[in-house]
Formats: sequence, C-alpha cells, structure tokens
Amino acid sequence: MFPARSRGNKFAAMSLVDINRVTLTYKGASGGVLALQDTTLAVPQGDFAAVVGPSGCGKSSLMKLVTGLVPPDAGHISVFGDPVVGPVKIAGMAFQNPNLLPWRTVVENVLLPLEIVEPHRRRFRSEKAKYRERAETLLNTVGLHGFADRYPWELSGGMQQRVSLCRALIHQPALLMLDEPFAALDAFTREELWCVLRDLWQENRFTVILVTHDLREAVFLADKIHMMSARPGRIVLTRVIDLPRPRELDICFEPAFQNIVHELRIKIAEVRKA
Amino acid sequence: MTNSTLERLAPWLFTIALFVIWEAACRIFKIDPFVLPAPSEAFAAMYQYRWPLMRHSFVTLWTTMAGFTLAVVFGIVLGLMVGWSRTIYRGIYPVMIGFNSIPKVAIVPILVVWFGIGEIPAILTAFLISFFPIVVNVATGLATMEPELEDVLRALGARKLDIMLKVGIPRTQPYLFGSLKVAITLAFVGTVVSETIASNAGLGFVMVQAGSNFQMPLVFAGLLLLAVEGIAMYAVFAAVESHFTRWAFRSSMSAAA
Repeated sequence: MFPARSRGNKFAAMSLVDINRVTLTYKGASGGVLALQDTTLAVPQGDFAAVVGPSGCGKSSLMKLVTGLVPPDAGHISVFGDPVVGPVKIAGMAFQNPNLLPWRTVVENVLLPLEIVEPHRRRFRSEKAKYRERAETLLNTVGLHGFADRYPWELSGGMQQRVSLCRALIHQPALLMLDEPFAALDAFTREELWCVLRDLWQENRFTVILVTHDLREAVFLADKIHMMSARPGRIVLTRVIDLPRPRELDICFEPAFQNIVHELRIKIAEVRKA
Repeated sequence: MTNSTLERLAPWLFTIALFVIWEAACRIFKIDPFVLPAPSEAFAAMYQYRWPLMRHSFVTLWTTMAGFTLAVVFGIVLGLMVGWSRTIYRGIYPVMIGFNSIPKVAIVPILVVWFGIGEIPAILTAFLISFFPIVVNVATGLATMEPELEDVLRALGARKLDIMLKVGIPRTQPYLFGSLKVAITLAFVGTVVSETIASNAGLGFVMVQAGSNFQMPLVFAGLLLLAVEGIAMYAVFAAVESHFTRWAFRSSMSAAA
C-alpha cells in the first residue's frame, strides 16, 4: 500500500535524514540546559535506525529536531535533501503513550492524519469510504480485525499502541519517528509489537528512527544503532547490526545477538559513568 | 430489603427523615411558628398560595435560564480565547479573578440604576455570577491538551485552528458540561439575590413580601420551592453531562492503558 520508492531516483545516494553538527539548548528558568551538542547522524532512505542512550540524553529532542517542531541553535538538519525549517509533513510519529482521542472510534483515530495532511485533506469528505477501507486494511495487518468501530478505552494497552502505529502510518509517511513506543507495555506484548513493526517495515520500507531504552529491541529491529552520551547528548557510537533478515524472535537467544546486546550494554555503562 | 434498593432509596429516606425530625422538633418543643414554622405549615401555605407561587416560580425559572444562557455563550467564547493564547490568558486572568471576587449583591443596585427594577437586573446578575466557572473550565480543557498529541498533529503540518477543532474543542466537552452543573445553581442564586433586592416578581420577591407581612410559613414555602427548582436544574444538567460526554466517564482523559 505504500508507494515503492525506486532505488534509482535522485535521492538514492542521499540520506533521508541528515543531522549535521547540531546543538540544541532549552531555555529554562534557571538558565539554558544543553540538550544536544555537536550531534551528527545520517539515516539512509529505507533504513531502520535506532537511537539508544541513558535517560535524559536528549533522544526526544532529536525527534523534535528532525520533525521540525524545534529549530536547532546551531548546525544543519535536512530531510529528503531539503533543509528543515518548519514541520516536515512527511513524518508519522508515535510515542510511549498512545494518545488516542477517546471520543473517536479506533478507525476515526487512525484517519485523523488524513484530515490534516494534503492532498488527503482536500479529498477526505468525497472519498471517505475509500480512506476508511484503507484504514481498515492497515488495522487488519496489525491484528486488529473487527476493532475498527470500538472505542480506545475498550482496547488493551498493546492494542491501543497498535492503533497509534496505524495512525502514524496511514498517510504513508516516508519517515516514521518512534519515541519509546513500547516502553509502557508488558514484555510479551512488547515482543509481539516488535514483530508487528518488523512486518510493517519489511513490507513497506519506510525510513524509521526508533528512540528506545531497550537494547534488545534496538538490536532486534534496527539496521544501525546510534548510541548517545549522557547530557549533553552526542552520538558516541554507531553499530551496524548485520544479523540476517527477516529476523524471528528466536534470534534473541542466539549468541551473535546476545553478544551485540552485551557489547552495547558495556558501552552504555561507560557512557553513563562518563 | 437488599443493599442496592436501600442505596437507591437513600436520598428519599434521608429527605423524608429530615422533614419528620423538623416537624417533630417543632411540635415537641412547641416552637413559635413565627420563628420556625413546621413543614406541615409550610406545605399548607404552599397549597394555599399555589397559583401565585407557580407564577413567581416561573419568573424565577425563566430569568435564571436567560442569564444562564448568556453565561454559557459568553463563557465558551471567552474560555476558548483564554485557552487559545497565553497572552490573552495572562492579560485577562487577573481582571477576571478580581471581578469574580466582587460579591454580586453589590452590583445589583448599579444594575437597578441602569435598567430599573424588574427582570433585567435579575438576568444580568444570574449571568455575571455564573459565567466564571464556565470560562475557567473551557480554558482548562484546552490548556491540559497532551503536548505529544499536539506534536503528532503539528508534525503533520496542522495549523493551530486544526488542532483546536480536531482535539482542543472536543476534549473541553467534559469540562464544559461539568461546569454547567455548577453554573446553573450559581445563576439561580444570582436571580434570587437580585429578586430580593429589586424586583416585583419571582420567588425572591415573594419571600421578601411574605417576610414583611410576617407570613413565615409562606417564606418557608418559597424556600422549599427554591430548593426544589435548584435540584431539578442541577439534575437536568447532570443528565445532559452524562449524555454528551459518556466517553469521558468511560476512559481516563489521557486514554492511557
């Protein structure tokens, strides 16, 4: 359902997201807090990137910078080769809290972005049936068949998070930004949703930036892991994960997988101490 | 009797018990009806003067509703403005709190000078006393919007108006309807206050007249009717609230798991 972006187009050689020596300071009551310092990060088109790091390292700031919600104090960010000067409009976002609207049914929640993003916004009224069908198809692929007309409160936390993922993807964004989307779920539900996300990505190959605390999650899902230092955040390590795809959950118990997690864990400990 | 039927009947039993104790106290201690008439006397007066009381009750009712309607319209508009912009919020808030602190009794004489004795001061007092909770609640509904949800929409290129229409205004609904319950009882108080000071109709007027004629049972009959009207209006808006914002009772506002 996502338009295939051909490998041979003019963006092929270029990174979809390019963050170049970016610095960000939050102005607080007691002076500025340096959230990011001299951060450089590139994510090629179609890649699955994970950003890990100790808490409070400015991972969420990175999300706001890339989507253009916050301008950097110094440095340069470009998405799709264009410098980011305002909200980028090609991004879908999901957070730890599913943030569904309780007065809308599941399918109405999923359709929300289409009521805002052009060109869907213009067509939304006249082609509502078509859009609804699209939303239902997407809901089916994440295992929510038959839940379209339920309300969010009738769903479990894991199901709400699936809806939140659908909402982030319904307008077929080129870039999916995820900020600890599975952090509030129990271990089994979380692993289930890893697979849901894996399958969605495998099928549609949008570009993903996943911010997470969970090293196993990052290793299981990502092509490349970027580790950030404690505040002020910088990228201190980029690790390519070359485990074969498609990955099954069993891979988590293989030595190659566990070695990578262990290696990253040691590095995190160093970063936290520093 | 099962526990649940007892629970259902509890408000009625409690009210009846209150009247029984009141009646018994009046009889046992032989309280002078001029000081405190027994409920039986109050009800007798209510029956005796049923037509004039009905007419005056209706005046109180419609002036309250008129003032309340003004308060709802004005309260929603001002609440949306205050919730929309921090500058408007900061500018208006001190004035509003100051205004809300003024006892509205003090304003009635001014209204009488401007509009004369009658229904208009009552309507305006009802309006002035009841718009504040509506403004505060509507503004709170907008101000407590989840910042992440706003980020999701802004990242899609939503304008402020989009965010207001899609999220802000729907999510203020439970706050708005909750405030209507409070506002309607306040409006009622405002009307009666104004009627007792400067009016020639309404339950407040009846009670003042009856008091100056030493008809204490009639005063208490007026008092009881005020209470009944107040309960009825509260019940109407409590029902409206639970009808329109069922989703808010079923889910926490954040919709968190």
